[in-house]
Amino acid sequence: MKNKLLARLARLGGLSSALLLAGCELDVLDPKGPVGEGVKSLITTSVIAMLIVVVPTIILSLVFAWHYRQSNTSAEYLPKWSHSNKIEVIIWGVPSLIILFLAVITYQTCHSLDPYKPLEAEANTKPLHVQVVALDWKWLFIYPEQGIATVNQLAMPVNTPVDFDITSDSVMNSFFIPRLGSMIYAMAGMQTQLHLMASEPGDFAGESANYSGRGFSDMRFHALAMGNDEFNAWVEKVRSSSEELDGQTYPKLAAPSEANPVEYFAHVEPGMFNTIVAKYNNGMIMDKSTGKMIQVQQSAMSDMNMKE
Amino acid sequence: MMRTQLALAYAGNPGYLPPHHYDQIFSAHGTIMIFFLAMAFMTGLFNFIVPLQIGARDVAFPFLNNLSFWMTAAAFILVNVSLFIGEFSQCGWLAYPPLSETQFSPGVGVDYYIWAIQISGVGTLLTGVNFFVTIVKMRAPGMSWMKVPVFTWTAFCSSILIMVSFPVLTVAVALLGLDRYFGMHFFTNDGGGNQMMYLNLIWAWGHPEVYILVIPAFGVFSEVVPAFSGKPLFGYNTMVYATCSIMVLSFLVWAHHFFTMGAGPDVNAFFGIATMIISIPTGVKLFNWLFTMYKGRIRFHACMYWAVGFMVTFTIGGMTGVMMAIPGSDFVLHNSLFLIAHFHNVIIGGVYFGYICGMNFWAPKVLGFKLNEAWSKRAFWFWLVGFYFAFMPLYVLGFEGMTRRMNHYDNPAWYPWMLVAEVGAVLILLGIVCQLVQLYVSIRDCNLPENRDVSGDPWNGRTLEWSTSSPPPVYNFAIVPHVHSIDAFMHDKENGIDTRQAGAQYEAIHMPKNTVAGIAAGLFALIFGFAAVWYIWWLAVVGLVGVIATVIARSANKDVDFYIPAEEVARIENEHTRKLMAQAAE
Repeated sequence: MKNKLLARLARLGGLSSALLLAGCELDVLDPKGPVGEGVKSLITTSVIAMLIVVVPTIILSLVFAWHYRQSNTSAEYLPKWSHSNKIEVIIWGVPSLIILFLAVITYQTCHSLDPYKPLEAEANTKPLHVQVVALDWKWLFIYPEQGIATVNQLAMPVNTPVDFDITSDSVMNSFFIPRLGSMIYAMAGMQTQLHLMASEPGDFAGESANYSGRGFSDMRFHALAMGNDEFNAWVEKVRSSSEELDGQTYPKLAAPSEANPVEYFAHVEPGMFNTIVAKYNNGMIMDKSTGKMIQVQQSAMSDMNMKE
Repeated sequence: MMRTQLALAYAGNPGYLPPHHYDQIFSAHGTIMIFFLAMAFMTGLFNFIVPLQIGARDVAFPFLNNLSFWMTAAAFILVNVSLFIGEFSQCGWLAYPPLSETQFSPGVGVDYYIWAIQISGVGTLLTGVNFFVTIVKMRAPGMSWMKVPVFTWTAFCSSILIMVSFPVLTVAVALLGLDRYFGMHFFTNDGGGNQMMYLNLIWAWGHPEVYILVIPAFGVFSEVVPAFSGKPLFGYNTMVYATCSIMVLSFLVWAHHFFTMGAGPDVNAFFGIATMIISIPTGVKLFNWLFTMYKGRIRFHACMYWAVGFMVTFTIGGMTGVMMAIPGSDFVLHNSLFLIAHFHNVIIGGVYFGYICGMNFWAPKVLGFKLNEAWSKRAFWFWLVGFYFAFMPLYVLGFEGMTRRMNHYDNPAWYPWMLVAEVGAVLILLGIVCQLVQLYVSIRDCNLPENRDVSGDPWNGRTLEWSTSSPPPVYNFAIVPHVHSIDAFMHDKENGIDTRQAGAQYEAIHMPKNTVAGIAAGLFALIFGFAAVWYIWWLAVVGLVGVIATVIARSANKDVDFYIPAEEVARIENEHTRKLMAQAAE
């Protein structure tokens, strides 16, 4: 009798959560890229594993509380009973097993979903390289291979891994495109890395996930995933802009502004990203492959002052 | 208030608060709630209950206790002053640099934050030392470690956590202060500063801090559930071991607050797994309460409502916690409203429910009359339903990628959920109103005979605090009781032993005198903090010297105690015995 009731309750719970999921758009659980897919299956697996303990616990709390109420004199009352080795083994054992299982998948996914790990793609697709700078309060995207830069708009070809190098020229921010997966912090004087890939075209919202001051709420961007041809056309469109980004124009861009519109820069000075990182480290940056600090090559920007 | 802003601030509508204020409000909300509300409530419970539970007449260092209270009060006043004079910090409750550095936050808000934290930190640290010594040294004869009541155990673990972690907070905030006041470069962007250090330090304190808060709440439930189930706590030993292991593990998990900082996969895996392991002893505790109810005879007093509400709610909070403990999942949930939902889930469902439950449970002991039950139950239902309405949508919003601390947004998908959350916030507000009404009604009716607690043992309690009169005499125990078993008082009741040993030969009792030194030191600390915020250095020096001089003067003063004569003790005790007899005769 009780078992039947439990089974029915469990089914009801499953049904209502399915309804809930179907009823609205959940960006994080409706990913458009392999990283997001990996995260989604991880979340699903871990939730199911935990529900094994959580659902019975909740149901038992309510059932016990009701069944052993004072007015129910037919229920058994053992005023001295307070120990049972059998129960102790179960209440320590079952959660431990589940945590052991979760620990194993945690260890595996920590490596497989490591944001620093380059993504695998089909042969002969070359990854796109994008350098991200968090400014007060906007995102600057530098495309070193294309020699262009944009503000608050990020474009990428679909099914092409994108390698992000991320830093900040202000306070700490967190670079996040919910539909594509993981986020990573942006910190001044440091470079963090992230690898993402969009598997279908679309316009995905991007944001900062770490509070950074008064313009924080508007520090958003659009991540546009498109076909290869469209991407090339987009690059040409940026190149046709009249703006350029160099030691002279950068301080103006870096000055605090809120709800910044999208901007295109047809040309960006080579080595700009490294200079931005290096100005916090006495002109040095960390070499990614060796981990050693190396001097940044002299460029027109190296005498650029800290903003203001 | 915060949810109202977000319900309004949709699609170009700026909402009713300028962003600048919103930022101050969420920072102040976090700081006040954690540092002052929760901590003060917890310390209050410790003070009333711990000495009674272990059969002690007072805490080990009464003056230290007095001093820490006034320090906390001074810090609280300082925070509230900031709301009127100047501004509060806009950097969140932990003031992450470099945002909190002078370059990005030139105002006095962060300075208020720093000094309020430092002063209250001193108070809390002294409390920790005090209760540690009290519990180690002042237990009644016969109370070996494995006979200590669970609430006292949790107070003990919390005290250890306070002693170990608060110095870290003091250092982290002091370094931030040095950066701001003297232009140093501990956490700045340039000059060799490193903001990641601050994150590590603040969370090396911050994570134990949440356990400092929640472990005593577990302690409350471990007293309430057995008392109202009419059974001993299931698995006392397990409970003690679980509490201690949570205490130790809470120091090994701080990095789970920043998996997204770019640490390597092995580091993340270590902290992720360490975090999940905490869920094992926590889960065991839940099962222990569950099996305490099992084959019991449960009286559904309001306390029990809060306890069962806690068990259900906290389980969900625990599960979402483990979800975020997996670094891979945290990469998309970090800093989102999912996180906000999770920690309100454990703080409201665990800490708040626990402390309110404890308040209803021990109020008769402290005040001598019972609190109104009907209003407590109404408050409970509003809180419970309001909680689910307010925070379940935030879980959903977290999955929709909405991050915390936004003051407006333009995503149409978020809007309906925000409205639901607003409904929840209103319900919670009604819950708070009910609690205020409860206090009012309770005080109004405190002299009704059915509310008076004459026996000192209104719930058929199990531990020593219920053996005294309500409220207890200033010396707590005329004759220090002998402890024979885990539930000492219950054991005595069952075996017909009079724990009070009424009618025995009373002796004069040694007590500390009242003193103004604590309030004076607190006042000087307040002056110091305020002056330091506004860079009025001469005044700051006056305040600092005042604090030190007061404490030294007090320490040099030998005339701090007095004796309650034996006749007075006998009079108080016989009075109580007479009342007990009268009640028994009815």
